[in-house]
Amino acid sequence: MKMLIAIIKPFKLDDVREALTSVNIEGVTVTEVKGYGRQKGQTEIYRGAEYEINFLPKIRLEIALEDDQIDAATDAIMSAAKTGQIGDGKVFVLPLEAVTRIRTGETGSEAI
Amino acid sequence: MKNLVKKMSQNPSRLWSIALAVGLISTLASPAYAEVSGESAYVFNTLLFLMCGFLVMFMAAGFAMLESGMVRAKNVATICVKNISLFGIAGILYYLVGYNLMYDGVDGGYMGSFSLWGADDSAAEGGDFSGGYAASSDWYFQMVFVATAASIVSGTLAERIKLWGFLAFVVILTGLIYPIQGSWQWGGGWLSEAGFSDFAGSTLVHSVGGWAALVGAIMLGARAGKYSADGRVNPIQGSSMPLATLGTFILWLGWFGFNGGSQLALGSAIDAASVANIFVNTNMAAAAGVVAAMVATQVLYGKVDLTMALNGAIGGLVSITAEPLTPSIPMAMLIGAIGGVLVVVSVPLLDKLKIDDVVGAIPAHLVCGIWGTMAVPLTNTGTSFGTQALGVVSIGAFAVIASLIGWTIIKYTIGIRVSEEEELEGLDKTELGMEAYPEFT
Repeated sequence: MKMLIAIIKPFKLDDVREALTSVNIEGVTVTEVKGYGRQKGQTEIYRGAEYEINFLPKIRLEIALEDDQIDAATDAIMSAAKTGQIGDGKVFVLPLEAVTRIRTGETGSEAI
Repeated sequence: MKNLVKKMSQNPSRLWSIALAVGLISTLASPAYAEVSGESAYVFNTLLFLMCGFLVMFMAAGFAMLESGMVRAKNVATICVKNISLFGIAGILYYLVGYNLMYDGVDGGYMGSFSLWGADDSAAEGGDFSGGYAASSDWYFQMVFVATAASIVSGTLAERIKLWGFLAFVVILTGLIYPIQGSWQWGGGWLSEAGFSDFAGSTLVHSVGGWAALVGAIMLGARAGKYSADGRVNPIQGSSMPLATLGTFILWLGWFGFNGGSQLALGSAIDAASVANIFVNTNMAAAAGVVAAMVATQVLYGKVDLTMALNGAIGGLVSITAEPLTPSIPMAMLIGAIGGVLVVVSVPLLDKLKIDDVVGAIPAHLVCGIWGTMAVPLTNTGTSFGTQALGVVSIGAFAVIASLIGWTIIKYTIGIRVSEEEELEGLDKTELGMEAYPEFT
Protein backbone atom coordinates (compact mmCIF):
# COMPACT_ATOMS: atom_id res chain seq x y z
CA MET A 1 0.00 0.00 0.00
CA LYS A 2 1.14 3.49 -0.78
CA MET A 3 0.17 7.00 0.17
CA LEU A 4 0.20 9.38 -2.77
CA ILE A 5 0.52 13.09 -1.99
CA ALA A 6 0.11 15.54 -4.86
CA ILE A 7 0.52 19.34 -4.86
CA ILE A 8 -1.34 20.98 -7.74
CA LYS A 9 -2.55 24.35 -8.95
CA PRO A 10 -5.93 25.15 -7.35
CA PHE A 11 -7.81 25.67 -10.60
CA LYS A 12 -6.80 22.15 -11.76
CA LEU A 13 -8.62 20.36 -8.92
CA ASP A 14 -11.78 19.48 -10.86
CA ASP A 15 -9.79 18.16 -13.84
CA VAL A 16 -7.65 16.01 -11.55
CA ARG A 17 -10.68 14.63 -9.71
CA GLU A 18 -12.28 13.63 -13.04
CA ALA A 19 -9.07 12.01 -14.26
CA LEU A 20 -8.74 10.01 -11.03
CA THR A 21 -12.37 8.88 -11.20
CA SER A 22 -11.84 7.72 -14.80
CA VAL A 23 -9.10 5.32 -13.65
CA ASN A 24 -11.37 4.02 -10.84
CA ILE A 25 -9.65 5.75 -7.96
CA GLU A 26 -12.23 6.67 -5.36
CA GLY A 27 -11.45 8.53 -2.21
CA VAL A 28 -9.30 11.66 -2.14
CA THR A 29 -8.66 14.06 0.72
CA VAL A 30 -8.07 17.66 -0.31
CA THR A 31 -6.58 20.57 1.65
CA GLU A 32 -5.85 24.17 0.69
CA VAL A 33 -2.19 24.86 1.32
CA LYS A 34 0.38 27.54 0.59
CA GLY A 35 3.97 27.10 -0.40
CA TYR A 36 6.72 27.78 -2.85
CA GLY A 37 9.10 25.80 -5.02
CA ARG A 38 10.97 26.86 -8.13
CA GLN A 39 8.11 29.20 -8.95
CA LYS A 40 9.16 31.29 -5.91
CA GLY A 41 6.70 34.05 -5.18
CA GLN A 42 5.48 36.85 -7.36
CA THR A 43 5.63 40.64 -7.17
CA GLU A 44 2.45 42.69 -6.94
CA ILE A 45 1.81 46.43 -6.63
CA TYR A 46 -0.69 47.96 -4.18
CA ARG A 47 -1.07 51.74 -4.04
CA GLY A 48 2.29 52.31 -5.69
CA ALA A 49 4.32 50.01 -3.40
CA GLU A 50 5.72 46.68 -4.60
CA TYR A 51 5.37 43.63 -2.41
CA GLU A 52 6.28 39.95 -2.69
CA ILE A 53 3.81 37.15 -2.36
CA ASN A 54 6.18 34.48 -1.01
CA PHE A 55 3.69 31.68 -0.53
CA LEU A 56 1.40 30.79 -3.38
CA PRO A 57 -1.91 29.00 -2.87
CA LYS A 58 -1.90 25.31 -3.88
CA ILE A 59 -4.09 22.25 -3.40
CA ARG A 60 -2.76 19.15 -1.65
CA LEU A 61 -4.30 15.74 -2.44
CA GLU A 62 -3.86 12.65 -0.28
CA ILE A 63 -4.80 9.29 -1.77
CA ALA A 64 -4.33 5.84 -0.23
CA LEU A 65 -3.62 3.27 -3.00
CA GLU A 66 -2.74 -0.30 -3.78
CA ASP A 67 0.81 -0.66 -5.15
CA ASP A 68 -0.48 -1.48 -8.65
CA GLN A 69 -2.61 1.68 -8.77
CA ILE A 70 0.30 4.09 -8.34
CA ASP A 71 1.30 4.40 -12.00
CA ALA A 72 -2.26 4.93 -13.20
CA ALA A 73 -2.89 7.54 -10.51
CA THR A 74 0.36 9.39 -11.19
CA ASP A 75 -0.33 9.44 -14.95
CA ALA A 76 -3.88 10.67 -14.38
CA ILE A 77 -2.72 13.52 -12.12
CA MET A 78 0.12 14.45 -14.48
CA SER A 79 -2.05 14.61 -17.56
CA ALA A 80 -4.81 16.56 -15.83
CA ALA A 81 -2.72 19.01 -13.77
CA LYS A 82 -0.07 19.86 -16.34
CA THR A 83 -0.06 23.33 -17.85
CA GLY A 84 3.61 23.31 -18.86
CA GLN A 85 4.16 26.46 -16.83
CA ILE A 86 6.38 26.65 -13.77
CA GLY A 87 4.46 25.91 -10.56
CA ASP A 88 2.43 22.90 -11.77
CA GLY A 89 3.33 20.97 -8.60
CA LYS A 90 4.64 17.54 -7.64
CA VAL A 91 3.57 13.99 -6.87
CA PHE A 92 5.09 12.18 -3.88
CA VAL A 93 4.63 8.48 -3.12
CA LEU A 94 5.23 7.17 0.41
CA PRO A 95 4.92 3.69 1.90
CA LEU A 96 1.70 3.17 3.83
CA GLU A 97 1.93 0.82 6.81
CA ALA A 98 -1.63 0.30 7.88
CA VAL A 99 -5.17 1.36 7.06
CA THR A 100 -8.32 0.85 9.14
CA ARG A 101 -11.86 1.68 8.08
CA ILE A 102 -13.47 3.20 11.14
CA ARG A 103 -17.03 2.07 10.42
CA THR A 104 -16.36 -1.65 9.93
CA GLY A 105 -12.95 -2.24 11.43
CA GLU A 106 -11.65 -3.66 8.12
CA THR A 107 -7.89 -3.33 7.70
CA GLY A 108 -5.28 -3.41 4.92
CA SER A 109 -6.30 -3.53 1.24
CA GLU A 110 -9.95 -4.05 2.10
CA ALA A 111 -10.02 -0.72 3.88
CA ILE A 112 -8.64 1.27 0.92
CA MET B 1 -43.92 79.36 8.38
CA LYS B 2 -42.17 77.00 10.73
CA ASN B 3 -45.39 74.99 10.99
CA LEU B 4 -45.81 74.96 7.25
CA VAL B 5 -42.29 73.65 6.72
CA LYS B 6 -42.95 71.01 9.34
CA LYS B 7 -46.20 69.98 7.65
CA MET B 8 -44.58 69.84 4.26
CA SER B 9 -41.75 67.72 5.51
CA GLN B 10 -44.36 65.28 6.80
CA ASN B 11 -46.08 65.21 3.44
CA PRO B 12 -43.60 65.47 0.57
CA SER B 13 -46.24 65.05 -2.15
CA ARG B 14 -47.84 68.29 -1.03
CA LEU B 15 -44.53 70.05 -1.37
CA TRP B 16 -44.26 68.91 -4.96
CA SER B 17 -47.77 70.05 -5.81
CA ILE B 18 -46.99 73.49 -4.39
CA ALA B 19 -43.78 73.59 -6.38
CA LEU B 20 -45.63 72.56 -9.50
CA ALA B 21 -48.37 75.15 -8.95
CA VAL B 22 -45.84 77.92 -8.44
CA GLY B 23 -44.11 76.88 -11.66
CA LEU B 24 -47.37 76.82 -13.61
CA ILE B 25 -48.60 80.16 -12.33
CA SER B 26 -45.35 81.92 -13.06
CA THR B 27 -45.18 80.38 -16.54
CA LEU B 28 -48.70 81.59 -17.33
CA ALA B 29 -48.07 85.04 -15.95
CA SER B 30 -44.99 85.81 -18.02
CA PRO B 31 -43.27 83.21 -20.16
CA ALA B 32 -40.02 85.15 -20.63
CA TYR B 33 -39.00 86.30 -17.16
CA ALA B 34 -41.24 84.83 -14.55
CA GLU B 35 -40.93 86.92 -11.41
CA VAL B 36 -41.10 84.45 -8.53
CA SER B 37 -42.78 85.69 -5.39
CA GLY B 38 -40.66 86.12 -2.30
CA GLU B 39 -42.43 83.26 -0.60
CA SER B 40 -41.89 80.93 -3.56
CA ALA B 41 -38.20 81.74 -3.65
CA TYR B 42 -38.09 81.15 0.12
CA VAL B 43 -39.67 77.73 -0.35
CA PHE B 44 -37.38 76.76 -3.22
CA ASN B 45 -34.22 77.93 -1.45
CA THR B 46 -35.22 75.97 1.63
CA LEU B 47 -35.95 72.95 -0.51
CA LEU B 48 -32.48 73.16 -2.07
CA PHE B 49 -30.83 73.24 1.37
CA LEU B 50 -32.83 70.31 2.68
CA MET B 51 -32.46 68.12 -0.41
CA CYS B 52 -28.78 68.85 -0.93
CA GLY B 53 -28.27 68.50 2.82
CA PHE B 54 -29.50 64.95 2.92
CA LEU B 55 -27.34 64.13 -0.10
CA VAL B 56 -24.32 65.46 1.81
CA MET B 57 -25.39 63.51 4.88
CA PHE B 58 -25.25 60.36 2.75
CA MET B 59 -21.57 61.13 2.18
CA ALA B 60 -21.03 60.12 5.81
CA ALA B 61 -22.24 56.66 4.79
CA GLY B 62 -19.89 56.83 1.80
CA PHE B 63 -16.91 57.57 4.02
CA ALA B 64 -17.96 54.75 6.38
CA MET B 65 -18.06 52.22 3.53
CA LEU B 66 -14.87 53.47 1.83
CA GLU B 67 -12.98 53.30 5.12
CA SER B 68 -14.48 49.92 6.05
CA GLY B 69 -13.23 48.53 2.76
CA MET B 70 -9.76 50.01 3.10
CA VAL B 71 -9.01 48.73 6.62
CA ARG B 72 -8.34 45.12 7.60
CA ALA B 73 -11.25 42.96 8.77
CA LYS B 74 -10.05 43.16 12.39
CA ASN B 75 -10.67 46.94 12.48
CA VAL B 76 -13.91 47.28 10.50
CA ALA B 77 -16.36 47.49 13.42
CA THR B 78 -14.18 50.19 15.04
CA ILE B 79 -14.11 52.32 11.89
CA CYS B 80 -17.91 51.98 11.66
CA VAL B 81 -18.26 53.16 15.28
CA LYS B 82 -16.01 56.16 14.55
CA ASN B 83 -17.98 57.14 11.46
CA ILE B 84 -21.43 57.04 13.06
CA SER B 85 -20.26 58.66 16.31
CA LEU B 86 -18.37 61.49 14.59
CA PHE B 87 -21.56 62.33 12.70
CA GLY B 88 -23.43 62.52 16.01
CA ILE B 89 -20.73 64.58 17.72
CA ALA B 90 -20.42 66.96 14.76
CA GLY B 91 -24.15 67.70 14.88
CA ILE B 92 -24.19 68.27 18.65
CA LEU B 93 -21.10 70.51 18.61
CA TYR B 94 -22.37 72.49 15.64
CA TYR B 95 -25.53 73.22 17.62
CA LEU B 96 -23.72 74.00 20.88
CA VAL B 97 -21.02 76.32 19.49
CA GLY B 98 -20.19 75.67 15.84
CA TYR B 99 -22.90 77.45 13.88
CA ASN B 100 -22.88 80.72 15.80
CA LEU B 101 -19.09 80.68 16.04
CA MET B 102 -19.05 80.49 12.24
CA TYR B 103 -21.95 82.78 11.28
CA ASP B 104 -23.10 85.00 14.16
CA GLY B 105 -21.67 88.52 14.04
CA VAL B 106 -18.37 87.79 12.31
CA ASP B 107 -18.45 91.13 10.42
CA GLY B 108 -15.11 90.94 8.68
CA GLY B 109 -13.39 89.54 11.77
CA TYR B 110 -11.83 86.27 12.87
CA MET B 111 -14.72 84.47 14.57
CA GLY B 112 -18.38 84.69 15.50
CA SER B 113 -19.93 84.34 18.92
CA PHE B 114 -19.82 81.54 21.47
CA SER B 115 -23.52 80.83 21.82
CA LEU B 116 -26.18 78.20 21.24
CA TRP B 117 -27.79 78.21 17.84
CA GLY B 118 -31.56 78.56 17.61
CA ALA B 119 -33.89 78.82 14.60
CA ASP B 120 -35.45 82.26 14.17
CA ASP B 121 -38.09 82.28 11.45
CA SER B 122 -40.22 85.06 12.93
CA ALA B 123 -39.72 87.37 9.93
CA ALA B 124 -40.95 84.75 7.47
CA GLU B 125 -43.84 83.85 9.73
CA GLY B 126 -44.80 87.53 9.67
CA GLY B 127 -44.76 87.59 5.86
CA ASP B 128 -41.24 88.97 5.29
CA PHE B 129 -39.34 86.50 3.14
CA SER B 130 -36.19 88.58 2.67
CA GLY B 131 -34.25 86.09 4.84
CA GLY B 132 -34.40 83.85 1.80
CA TYR B 133 -34.74 80.44 3.47
CA ALA B 134 -35.85 78.70 6.66
CA ALA B 135 -33.17 79.04 9.33
CA SER B 136 -33.11 75.35 10.17
CA SER B 137 -32.55 74.38 6.55
CA ASP B 138 -29.36 76.44 6.52
CA TRP B 139 -28.22 75.01 9.86
CA TYR B 140 -28.84 71.48 8.60
CA PHE B 141 -26.99 72.11 5.32
CA GLN B 142 -23.97 73.62 7.11
CA MET B 143 -23.96 70.89 9.78
CA VAL B 144 -23.52 68.07 7.28
CA PHE B 145 -20.44 69.89 5.91
CA VAL B 146 -18.75 69.85 9.32
CA ALA B 147 -19.31 66.13 9.54
CA THR B 148 -17.57 65.73 6.17
CA ALA B 149 -14.43 67.44 7.49
CA ALA B 150 -14.38 65.07 10.46
CA SER B 151 -14.91 62.00 8.26
CA ILE B 152 -11.72 62.83 6.35
CA VAL B 153 -9.66 62.55 9.54
CA SER B 154 -11.02 59.16 10.59
CA GLY B 155 -9.88 57.36 7.45
CA THR B 156 -6.26 58.52 7.59
CA LEU B 157 -5.79 57.56 11.24
CA ALA B 158 -7.60 54.22 11.11
CA GLU B 159 -6.32 50.96 12.60
CA ARG B 160 -4.15 52.42 15.37
CA ILE B 161 -5.86 55.39 17.04
CA LYS B 162 -7.74 55.13 20.33
CA LEU B 163 -11.48 55.51 19.90
CA TRP B 164 -11.96 58.14 22.62
CA GLY B 165 -8.82 60.03 21.66
CA PHE B 166 -10.14 60.31 18.14
CA LEU B 167 -13.59 61.41 19.30
CA ALA B 168 -12.04 64.05 21.56
CA PHE B 169 -10.33 65.47 18.50
CA VAL B 170 -13.63 65.43 16.61
CA VAL B 171 -15.03 67.67 19.37
CA ILE B 172 -12.16 70.15 18.88
CA LEU B 173 -12.37 70.00 15.09
CA THR B 174 -16.13 70.39 14.74
CA GLY B 175 -16.64 72.76 17.69
CA LEU B 176 -13.66 75.08 17.21
CA ILE B 177 -11.24 74.55 14.31
CA TYR B 178 -13.78 74.17 11.50
CA PRO B 179 -16.17 76.96 12.60
CA ILE B 180 -13.42 79.51 13.28
CA GLN B 181 -11.70 79.18 9.91
CA GLY B 182 -15.12 78.82 8.26
CA SER B 183 -16.13 82.19 9.71
CA TRP B 184 -13.20 83.83 7.90
CA GLN B 185 -14.80 83.04 4.55
CA TRP B 186 -18.38 81.77 4.64
CA GLY B 187 -19.22 83.69 7.82
CA GLY B 188 -18.26 86.96 6.12
CA GLY B 189 -14.92 87.32 7.89
CA TRP B 190 -11.63 88.93 6.90
CA LEU B 191 -10.74 86.41 4.21
CA SER B 192 -13.95 86.93 2.25
CA GLU B 193 -13.34 90.67 2.40
CA ALA B 194 -9.84 90.07 1.05
CA GLY B 195 -11.42 88.51 -2.05
CA PHE B 196 -10.78 84.81 -1.43
CA SER B 197 -13.10 82.40 -3.23
CA ASP B 198 -13.99 78.85 -2.18
CA PHE B 199 -17.41 77.94 -3.57
CA ALA B 200 -18.18 74.69 -1.75
CA GLY B 201 -15.11 74.14 0.39
CA SER B 202 -12.00 72.71 -1.32
CA THR B 203 -10.04 74.59 1.32
CA LEU B 204 -12.61 75.21 4.06
CA VAL B 205 -13.84 71.62 4.32
CA HIS B 206 -11.48 69.25 2.50
CA SER B 207 -8.09 70.83 3.11
CA VAL B 208 -8.95 71.54 6.74
CA GLY B 209 -9.89 67.90 7.25
CA GLY B 210 -6.73 66.95 5.34
CA TRP B 211 -4.46 69.19 7.42
CA ALA B 212 -5.94 67.83 10.67
CA ALA B 213 -5.43 64.30 9.34
CA LEU B 214 -1.83 65.05 8.29
CA VAL B 215 -0.87 66.42 11.71
CA GLY B 216 -2.62 63.47 13.37
CA ALA B 217 -0.85 60.94 11.13
CA ILE B 218 2.58 62.43 11.89
CA MET B 219 1.96 62.49 15.65
CA LEU B 220 0.41 59.04 15.67
CA GLY B 221 3.06 57.31 13.56
CA ALA B 222 2.56 54.55 11.01
CA ARG B 223 0.75 51.27 11.59
CA ALA B 224 2.94 48.45 12.88
CA GLY B 225 4.70 46.77 9.97
CA LYS B 226 3.84 49.38 7.34
CA TYR B 227 7.43 50.56 6.90
CA SER B 228 10.48 48.32 7.36
CA ALA B 229 13.62 49.63 9.02
CA ASP B 230 15.41 49.49 5.64
CA GLY B 231 12.85 51.94 4.22
CA ARG B 232 10.77 49.37 2.38
CA VAL B 233 7.02 50.00 2.14
CA ASN B 234 4.88 47.00 3.05
CA PRO B 235 1.40 47.42 1.63
CA ILE B 236 -1.45 46.58 4.01
CA GLN B 237 -4.38 45.62 1.85
CA GLY B 238 -7.94 46.55 2.67
CA SER B 239 -10.58 44.00 3.62
CA SER B 240 -13.22 44.71 0.98
CA MET B 241 -12.81 46.32 -2.41
CA PRO B 242 -16.57 46.12 -3.12
CA LEU B 243 -17.30 48.17 0.03
CA ALA B 244 -14.61 50.71 -0.89
CA THR B 245 -16.14 51.01 -4.36
CA LEU B 246 -19.66 51.40 -2.98
CA GLY B 247 -18.40 54.07 -0.59
CA THR B 248 -16.82 56.00 -3.45
CA PHE B 249 -20.03 55.85 -5.48
CA ILE B 250 -21.97 57.15 -2.47
CA LEU B 251 -19.49 60.01 -2.05
CA TRP B 252 -19.79 60.84 -5.75
CA LEU B 253 -23.60 60.94 -5.43
CA GLY B 254 -23.46 63.02 -2.26
CA TRP B 255 -21.14 65.51 -3.92
CA PHE B 256 -23.99 66.76 -6.12
CA GLY B 257 -25.57 68.02 -2.92
CA PHE B 258 -22.25 69.34 -1.63
CA ASN B 259 -21.51 71.46 -4.70
CA GLY B 260 -25.03 71.98 -6.06
CA GLY B 261 -26.41 73.08 -2.72
CA SER B 262 -23.57 75.55 -2.31
CA GLN B 263 -25.28 77.71 -4.93
CA LEU B 264 -27.40 78.50 -1.83
CA ALA B 265 -30.42 79.54 -3.91
CA LEU B 266 -33.04 78.00 -6.18
CA GLY B 267 -35.46 80.92 -6.31
CA SER B 268 -34.91 81.87 -9.95
CA ALA B 269 -34.30 80.28 -13.33
CA ILE B 270 -30.71 81.57 -13.24
CA ASP B 271 -30.10 79.81 -9.93
CA ALA B 272 -31.75 76.64 -11.21
CA ALA B 273 -29.52 76.67 -14.30
CA SER B 274 -26.47 77.28 -12.13
CA VAL B 275 -27.28 74.34 -9.88
CA ALA B 276 -27.75 72.12 -12.92
CA ASN B 277 -24.46 73.29 -14.49
CA ILE B 278 -22.70 72.62 -11.19
CA PHE B 279 -24.07 69.06 -11.22
CA VAL B 280 -22.60 68.49 -14.69
CA ASN B 281 -19.21 70.03 -13.91
CA THR B 282 -19.03 68.05 -10.66
CA ASN B 283 -19.76 64.82 -12.50
CA MET B 284 -17.27 65.51 -15.29
CA ALA B 285 -14.45 66.38 -12.88
CA ALA B 286 -15.00 63.10 -11.02
CA ALA B 287 -15.21 61.17 -14.30
CA ALA B 288 -11.94 62.67 -15.52
CA GLY B 289 -10.34 62.11 -12.10
CA VAL B 290 -11.05 58.38 -12.10
CA VAL B 291 -9.95 57.88 -15.72
CA ALA B 292 -6.76 59.94 -15.21
CA ALA B 293 -5.87 57.97 -12.07
CA MET B 294 -6.43 54.67 -13.89
CA VAL B 295 -4.28 55.70 -16.85
CA ALA B 296 -1.58 57.00 -14.50
CA THR B 297 -1.38 53.71 -12.56
CA GLN B 298 -1.35 51.72 -15.81
CA VAL B 299 1.53 53.82 -17.14
CA LEU B 300 3.51 53.95 -13.87
CA TYR B 301 2.95 50.42 -12.56
CA GLY B 302 1.77 48.40 -15.55
CA LYS B 303 -1.57 47.60 -13.89
CA VAL B 304 -4.72 49.46 -12.93
CA ASP B 305 -4.97 49.94 -9.16
CA LEU B 306 -8.62 50.00 -8.07
CA THR B 307 -7.95 51.87 -4.83
CA MET B 308 -6.12 54.59 -6.75
CA ALA B 309 -8.98 54.83 -9.25
CA LEU B 310 -11.36 55.30 -6.31
CA ASN B 311 -9.09 57.96 -4.80
CA GLY B 312 -8.90 59.55 -8.26
CA ALA B 313 -12.66 60.03 -8.34
CA ILE B 314 -12.53 61.73 -4.93
CA GLY B 315 -9.52 63.78 -6.05
CA GLY B 316 -11.44 65.02 -9.09
CA LEU B 317 -14.44 65.90 -6.93
CA VAL B 318 -12.38 67.80 -4.36
CA SER B 319 -10.55 69.67 -7.15
CA ILE B 320 -13.76 71.03 -8.69
CA THR B 321 -15.33 71.93 -5.33
CA ALA B 322 -13.61 75.33 -5.01
CA GLU B 323 -15.23 76.48 -8.27
CA PRO B 324 -17.82 74.15 -9.81
CA LEU B 325 -19.80 76.89 -11.61
CA THR B 326 -17.55 78.97 -13.88
CA PRO B 327 -15.48 76.25 -15.66
CA SER B 328 -16.58 75.00 -19.07
CA ILE B 329 -17.06 71.24 -19.25
CA PRO B 330 -13.59 70.59 -20.81
CA MET B 331 -12.05 72.83 -18.15
CA ALA B 332 -13.90 70.97 -15.38
CA MET B 333 -12.55 67.71 -16.81
CA LEU B 334 -9.02 69.09 -16.93
CA ILE B 335 -9.22 70.29 -13.32
CA GLY B 336 -10.56 66.89 -12.24
CA ALA B 337 -7.99 64.94 -14.28
CA ILE B 338 -5.09 66.86 -12.76
CA GLY B 339 -6.61 66.05 -9.35
CA GLY B 340 -6.67 62.35 -10.24
CA VAL B 341 -3.00 62.39 -11.30
CA LEU B 342 -2.02 64.36 -8.17
CA VAL B 343 -3.53 61.56 -6.06
CA VAL B 344 -1.52 58.87 -7.85
CA VAL B 345 1.70 60.86 -7.41
CA SER B 346 1.05 61.87 -3.79
CA VAL B 347 0.30 58.41 -2.37
CA PRO B 348 3.84 56.99 -2.84
CA LEU B 349 5.29 60.39 -1.86
CA LEU B 350 3.60 60.16 1.56
CA ASP B 351 4.93 56.62 1.88
CA LYS B 352 8.46 57.91 1.22
CA LEU B 353 7.96 60.33 4.13
CA LYS B 354 6.64 57.41 6.22
CA ILE B 355 3.31 59.16 6.73
CA ASP B 356 0.76 56.34 6.90
CA ASP B 357 -2.57 57.40 5.41
CA VAL B 358 -4.80 54.31 5.40
CA VAL B 359 -7.38 55.49 2.86
CA GLY B 360 -5.48 58.13 0.87
CA ALA B 361 -7.41 61.04 2.38
CA ILE B 362 -4.40 63.38 2.49
CA PRO B 363 -3.72 63.11 -1.27
CA ALA B 364 -7.40 63.27 -2.22
CA HIS B 365 -8.62 65.94 0.20
CA LEU B 366 -5.59 68.03 1.12
CA VAL B 367 -3.47 67.98 -2.04
CA CYS B 368 -6.45 68.21 -4.40
CA GLY B 369 -8.09 70.77 -2.11
CA ILE B 370 -5.08 73.05 -2.54
CA TRP B 371 -4.99 72.40 -6.29
CA GLY B 372 -8.71 73.10 -6.68
CA THR B 373 -8.47 76.32 -4.72
CA MET B 374 -5.49 77.55 -6.75
CA ALA B 375 -7.28 76.62 -10.00
CA VAL B 376 -10.21 78.98 -9.31
CA PRO B 377 -8.66 82.02 -11.08
CA LEU B 378 -8.26 79.94 -14.28
CA THR B 379 -12.00 80.29 -14.90
CA ASN B 380 -13.29 82.85 -12.39
CA THR B 381 -12.11 86.29 -13.43
CA GLY B 382 -13.20 87.80 -10.13
CA THR B 383 -10.39 86.06 -8.26
CA SER B 384 -6.60 86.17 -8.21
CA PHE B 385 -3.83 83.67 -7.51
CA GLY B 386 -2.53 85.93 -4.74
CA THR B 387 -5.73 85.96 -2.68
CA GLN B 388 -6.30 82.25 -3.34
CA ALA B 389 -2.80 81.54 -2.00
CA LEU B 390 -3.54 83.79 0.97
CA GLY B 391 -6.57 81.65 1.80
CA VAL B 392 -4.72 78.34 1.35
CA VAL B 393 -1.78 79.46 3.50
CA SER B 394 -3.72 81.23 6.27
CA ILE B 395 -6.30 78.48 6.71
CA GLY B 396 -3.59 75.84 6.36
CA ALA B 397 -1.45 77.48 9.03
CA PHE B 398 -4.40 77.86 11.38
CA ALA B 399 -5.56 74.27 10.84
CA VAL B 400 -2.05 72.87 11.40
CA ILE B 401 -1.35 74.89 14.55
CA ALA B 402 -4.80 74.30 16.05
CA SER B 403 -4.65 70.58 15.22
CA LEU B 404 -1.17 70.33 16.70
CA ILE B 405 -2.38 71.88 19.95
CA GLY B 406 -5.47 69.68 19.95
CA TRP B 407 -3.62 66.42 19.26
CA THR B 408 -0.92 67.29 21.82
CA ILE B 409 -3.47 67.90 24.59
CA ILE B 410 -5.21 64.62 23.78
CA LYS B 411 -1.92 62.72 23.56
CA TYR B 412 -0.95 63.67 27.12
CA THR B 413 -4.43 63.18 28.61
CA ILE B 414 -6.56 60.49 27.00
CA GLY B 415 -3.75 59.19 24.79
CA ILE B 416 -3.98 58.74 21.04
CA ARG B 417 -2.33 55.43 20.20
CA VAL B 418 -3.29 51.91 21.24
CA SER B 419 -0.53 49.54 22.39
CA GLU B 420 1.25 47.48 19.73
CA GLU B 421 -0.27 44.32 21.18
CA GLU B 422 -3.78 45.77 20.87
CA GLU B 423 -3.00 46.95 17.34
CA LEU B 424 -1.88 43.49 16.23
CA GLU B 425 -4.90 41.87 17.87
CA GLY B 426 -7.18 44.33 16.06
CA LEU B 427 -9.11 47.27 17.49
CA ASP B 428 -12.45 45.47 17.14
CA LYS B 429 -11.48 42.99 19.83
CA THR B 430 -9.45 45.28 22.08
CA GLU B 431 -11.38 48.58 21.82
CA LEU B 432 -14.89 47.24 21.30
CA GLY B 433 -14.86 43.56 22.24
CA MET B 434 -16.80 42.73 19.10
CA GLU B 435 -16.10 41.85 15.50
CA ALA B 436 -17.43 43.15 12.21
CA TYR B 437 -17.70 39.67 10.73
CA PRO B 438 -18.04 37.24 13.68
CA GLU B 439 -19.33 34.31 11.63
CA PHE B 440 -16.72 34.75 8.90
CA THR B 441 -13.76 32.38 9.09
